Amino acid sequence: MLELHAVSKTFNANTPNEVRSLRGVDFRLDPGSWVVIIGTNGSGKSTLLNAVAGTFLVDEGSIRLAGRDVTQWPEHARAQLIGRVFQNPFSGTSPSLTIEENLSLAARRGRGRGLGWGLKASLIARMRDEVSHLTMGLEDRLSNAIGSLSGGQRQALTLLMATWLRPELLLLDEHTAALDPKSADLVIALTEQVIARDKLTALMVTHSMQQAASLGNRLIMMHRGQIIHDFQGDEKRRLRPDDLLARFEEVRRAEQLDEGAALMLAERYV
Amino acid sequence: MSLLIGTFTIGLVLSLLALGVFISFRIFAFPDITADGSITLGASVAAVLLVHNVSPPLASLAGFLAGMFAGACTGLLHTRFKINSLLSGILVMTALYSVNLHVMGKSNIPLLSVNTLVTQSERIGVKLMRGATTLDIAGWEVSVRDASVLAAIALAVAITGVLLYWFFRTNLGMAMRATGDNVHMVRALGVNDANMIVFGLAISNGLVALSGALLAQYQGFADVGMGIGMVVWGLASVIIGEALVATNRVGMTIVGAVMGSVLFRLLVAVALRWGLNPNDLKLITAAFVFCALIVPQFLHKGRVQGAHA
Repeated sequence: MLELHAVSKTFNANTPNEVRSLRGVDFRLDPGSWVVIIGTNGSGKSTLLNAVAGTFLVDEGSIRLAGRDVTQWPEHARAQLIGRVFQNPFSGTSPSLTIEENLSLAARRGRGRGLGWGLKASLIARMRDEVSHLTMGLEDRLSNAIGSLSGGQRQALTLLMATWLRPELLLLDEHTAALDPKSADLVIALTEQVIARDKLTALMVTHSMQQAASLGNRLIMMHRGQIIHDFQGDEKRRLRPDDLLARFEEVRRAEQLDEGAALMLAERYV
Repeated sequence: MSLLIGTFTIGLVLSLLALGVFISFRIFAFPDITADGSITLGASVAAVLLVHNVSPPLASLAGFLAGMFAGACTGLLHTRFKINSLLSGILVMTALYSVNLHVMGKSNIPLLSVNTLVTQSERIGVKLMRGATTLDIAGWEVSVRDASVLAAIALAVAITGVLLYWFFRTNLGMAMRATGDNVHMVRALGVNDANMIVFGLAISNGLVALSGALLAQYQGFADVGMGIGMVVWGLASVIIGEALVATNRVGMTIVGAVMGSVLFRLLVAVALRWGLNPNDLKLITAAFVFCALIVPQFLHKGRVQGAHA
């Protein structure tokens, strides 16, 4: 399905601000799996998602998706295989376009766009049906500009747009982090529904240990641009938020030890 | 009365310029200065062809296509070579000055004795009125020739407006509107945003050049200096139009740009009638756009401070 081989990415190379965001990440994703990625700030988890989405091209390594080598594909070309929901609810929709116009753009994700009429009656009928499943009462407001909606509503629509055409891979980048708790719960419920219904393969970054423990069937923990833990099957099922916090604590302690050792060595020899 | 009709006619001719500026500045948020050069390009291409007895509709179409080409150049400079949007426009506009001189072969081409869209529509109007030279509209005596030119340009602008409205509701047009709105989203939906900008600027400058082609035929000459300050003129029309319709629905914004252009031309005609020195016109236009840009900020600031007090 998705295969990353020795993927590396360094930002601001050869400057004082050099950041080695990904350091040789190797990773295989089976069809139908839902992988949750967690990690400390700056661990490279969002960078990993963006590398797959093609927001930038990686420095080294290769990315294969659905049997194709997409390493050199630009972002808009990869979009025919990938559906995305961003952290910022404002990133996934076009505010001055109406709900129906946004959805009709999503209905041609990765396909040619010509001079065909964008809002066919059959498409609008399907929109009404799908939007009513969001239980937000938006089905009667399809011709309203999206800019007038709340973050939660926009994020639910973005999810609908990302999965309107079944994507080979669904990328969720902390897609509930900017929402209030109630909207976040709703968006998570919708996410679970659509992934189960369409048997999607998904890669989800989250900050919430609760979500990390309860969602998905595989969990990857990243630190400093590398994958340090990979829980699958029963191991993933048994994970509790406390276990994850304990793992984070381990990482933190190891880091302190490193710093302590460096300090000691510096005091002794420098 | 013929002054009023003339004002309306020029306002409608320049509404095509306003629509072009609306596409670049508003839909793409791309401050495209190319328009200053492409309006003259449209005028000079059409004028040269008209002097060589090419049929007026074809000559105007050629002006439109030349403008599209100029707009595509600006778009390519910006998207392929990563040149700042403002600078891309300035480069193409500057280059167009020489191109226009080459096209015309001199700095001014008079069109007084050639067949143009204006003379054609006058002839059709006179034929329709069975040779009458004046027309009675609500008690006003109106020259048939002037009225038929106004009717022809109104028809042309209406057709252009409907075509634009239709275009912006097609799959391609919606992708274009979304590109200016949220570039992350359109990329995530598989739209090549660079191509959208190139194509959008081509349409924008095509309309501007068409406006130039019609303006040359209406005023009876093409001049290499006729494009100076036209972007600001178009922007003023767009701003007035936005204030008039106060919505961002596509259809209404198109109508607004046309109404804004006519109203602005009307205001200018009144000001000139009251003794405004024509030399001050560009200064006043720039000052007007300046005010229109900063007044909302002041209003907002006042409101925020009021809320704190």
